Amino acid sequence: MRVPGRGWRAGLGWGLAVVVPLAFLTAFFVWPVAEIVGRGFVADGRLDLGGFADVFSRPRTWRVVGQTLAQAALGTAGAVLLGVPGAYLLHRCRFPGRGALRAFVTVPFVLPTVVVGVAFRSLLVDGGLLGGLGLDGTFTAIVLALVFFNYAVVVRTVGGMWERLDPRAEQAARALGASPWRVLRTVTLPALGPAIASAASLVFLFCATAFGTVLVLGGRRYGTVETEIWIQTTQFLDLRAAAVLSVVQLVVVVAALSVAGRARARTERALALGAPAATAHRVRLRDPLDAVAVVVTALTVAGLLALPLLNLVVRSLRTPRGWGLDNYAALAVPQDTLAVSAWQAAGTSVRTAVDATMIALVVGGLVALVVSRRPRRAAARRAVAGLDALFMLPLGVSAVTVGFGFLVSMDAPLGLPVDLRTSPVLVAVAQAVVAVPLVVRTVLPVLRAVDPRQREVAATLGASPGRVLRTVDLAVALRAVGLALGFAFAASLGEFGATSFLARPQEPTLPVVIFRLLGRPGAENYGAALAASVLLAALTAGVVAVCERLRRPGIGGAW
Amino acid sequence: MSDGLQVADVVVRYPGAASPAVDGVDLTVPTGEVVALLGPSGCGKSSLLRAVAGLEVPVAGDVAWDGVSVADVPVHRRGFGLLFQDGQLFAHRDVAGNVAYGLPERRDRTAREARVAELLDLVGLPGTQRRDVATLSGGERQRVALARALAPRPRLLLLDEPLSALDRALRERLALDLRDVLTTTGTTALFVTHDQDEAFAVADRVAVMDAGRLLQVAAPGALWARPASRRVAEFLGYEAFVDVPAAEAPASPAVRALVDATRAAGVALLPPGGVLALAAGAFVVAPGGAQPVTGTVEVLRSRRGRTEVVVDVAGVGRVSAFASAGWTCAPGAEVGLVVDAAAVAGLPG
Repeated sequence: MRVPGRGWRAGLGWGLAVVVPLAFLTAFFVWPVAEIVGRGFVADGRLDLGGFADVFSRPRTWRVVGQTLAQAALGTAGAVLLGVPGAYLLHRCRFPGRGALRAFVTVPFVLPTVVVGVAFRSLLVDGGLLGGLGLDGTFTAIVLALVFFNYAVVVRTVGGMWERLDPRAEQAARALGASPWRVLRTVTLPALGPAIASAASLVFLFCATAFGTVLVLGGRRYGTVETEIWIQTTQFLDLRAAAVLSVVQLVVVVAALSVAGRARARTERALALGAPAATAHRVRLRDPLDAVAVVVTALTVAGLLALPLLNLVVRSLRTPRGWGLDNYAALAVPQDTLAVSAWQAAGTSVRTAVDATMIALVVGGLVALVVSRRPRRAAARRAVAGLDALFMLPLGVSAVTVGFGFLVSMDAPLGLPVDLRTSPVLVAVAQAVVAVPLVVRTVLPVLRAVDPRQREVAATLGASPGRVLRTVDLAVALRAVGLALGFAFAASLGEFGATSFLARPQEPTLPVVIFRLLGRPGAENYGAALAASVLLAALTAGVVAVCERLRRPGIGGAW
Repeated sequence: MSDGLQVADVVVRYPGAASPAVDGVDLTVPTGEVVALLGPSGCGKSSLLRAVAGLEVPVAGDVAWDGVSVADVPVHRRGFGLLFQDGQLFAHRDVAGNVAYGLPERRDRTAREARVAELLDLVGLPGTQRRDVATLSGGERQRVALARALAPRPRLLLLDEPLSALDRALRERLALDLRDVLTTTGTTALFVTHDQDEAFAVADRVAVMDAGRLLQVAAPGALWARPASRRVAEFLGYEAFVDVPAAEAPASPAVRALVDATRAAGVALLPPGGVLALAAGAFVVAPGGAQPVTGTVEVLRSRRGRTEVVVDVAGVGRVSAFASAGWTCAPGAEVGLVVDAAAVAGLPG
């Protein structure tokens, strides 16, 4: 018996929807990573663990691994401790200006890593506003920057869940005589456990793979596996050691991702149980819970989030000859030994980001579409789940690994005799690899939320499979696609990890220019770096703000 | 050649399920008729409906229209409309956008608008074209969903518990409206429900389904008067069952009275060894005067103004008996009862 509604054309369409992303991932992710792993394990065509033995016998390696884990652990702890009260205040309480505050706390997350590094450094450096604390180039500075960066992840993930938590369980506990603290400890926090775990594992992942921020703030003393891969490749030219470290990074990432995946699954289950109750109450400062949340959040927002950003803007206006726009004027001319001006680099960044966003949108959109389906057959269902997991890998597999992998594999991609390393497209492709998981995570929840009966009802009204796709799935996903577009564009614009390996000297992107300017001596170069950072921050935040406006409330993943 | 829908020996099986959801069902729905599929939840009636729509692929059997198999016709070309329990309106389209969804895309605008207006009139929501569907009440949503399903003039309309999500008063009113709309438009329909009253109010014929099989298909009156089996009778709401005693065998006065009254009324066959099924009201409280049949009042309740008592009758068991409005007594009291043969049906043994 033939299966109705699944003609050869539909089969071909779905086949393409699977093959295109798979081919992309194979060529630009699996192949480069395999090449790296090969370099780590294989020498002269034989399995050789000598590289591992060598790298792991260096005390430097152990120091870097230790620092990576310590930074990630402390950064995660800080983000969770500050973020949970923030989630409560911003998602469970009402007060004037809440919408603006919610938007503001998201800003750090979309800022380019290099900009975050520059912002903290300009604050903590000798002669900076907080230069007296002596935190410049310290471990503490790095951890603070990581918390700054990931605070929004906790607030959004936990807050999104908190909003939907049925308040009647808490009310029942209160009626049974529990104090507000006891309710928090015994009812609310356990219910939020999966969401907190999910957010924490993501934050750990982002911290463990942090690159730009650490490179700018850590100097020579502090690094992560990521920065170490970069240093081994570009400074010591030890590709073998870089390959071994990439394998180490892969192990850390896969472990963190599997924890995150499990926590996310539990969150989704818990969400299905809870009634969607939107119950925010007015802030009551007399209530001890509210008071603590207000104080913690006020200190965090003012001291940790706003201060570095404001300081960055103010400092960018200070020149050796007093206050003025000289640093911004300097963006129009090539500084120092750079081939291009910052404005030209910004142009390159935008053009590359447009290309990368298009690629990421096509690939990520197709993945989200395929993965959102619930096939009847168990084998097909497992295949869909596998595809879902596969495309999450680049989310964690660090940008540096992608860049390094491109460097070692794209002289002959998949064995084909075309050297892509000289192609300007390569940077866009690398940025797209990094942006694809963002697109999938943003679009997928929206597509999954489409009731399958909507498609069925459309079909019974005479809509062909193509029209169902267009009028049901795409129509619903459109707003989320806007948000995904913004995230992907912002991520590409600020991408530094992969780009730092691949950008051609005559065509650097803006983050690369900022990093190079920082490395040059002289107040003018430093001032230009600050001004360029403000420009880049304004660009990314602006793009995300516009796309966020397109979003319908409640749509889009809290990922 | 037969006209309308023919379902022949259809089997639907879900992977991992021990028994098939639909287990060899034969059913016909001639053009212009409304058939209700009545059964408890999980009996397979929705699966059968989905198989007819083409949303579920039967592992065996055939679905045909006017004698031509539609097994190979994809859902969107079958011309079978479908109305879900919760309407499944498209939230991103307004009322008119929803209703017009199934109309040919290239048809001229005025004709589309005229058809939309005509359908909204039909379902009692004139002038709501530009309303956001999120602002509609539950009943209004179902009306819009009905208009949307009818717009492309489906040759068969499938309704999957279309009124179950609504409250009772609304459900009863909408059931009558639905019947009107279906007969006015001459729509052939297959209607799934678990509510007997709803099935009886809307359908020309009712098919009772249980555990994947059809137990009985009959017009509402005939189904009520002559359920084919005890299972059907139970599902229709018959609450007590009494074996018909052999002619000379000793029997309680209540059973005797039941047999005599039913025989006199001639409404039910009384084969020896058969069973009498008693609906609520098979006994009526006789005010005053000694009666041969009595029962002990256990519970007194009022249902829509009428008094209903649960009585324990010797030889029969607990049954619901009706009393006139305002009648009352203390629980535990012994009351006289008479039989109302209209609420008694005879089943083959």
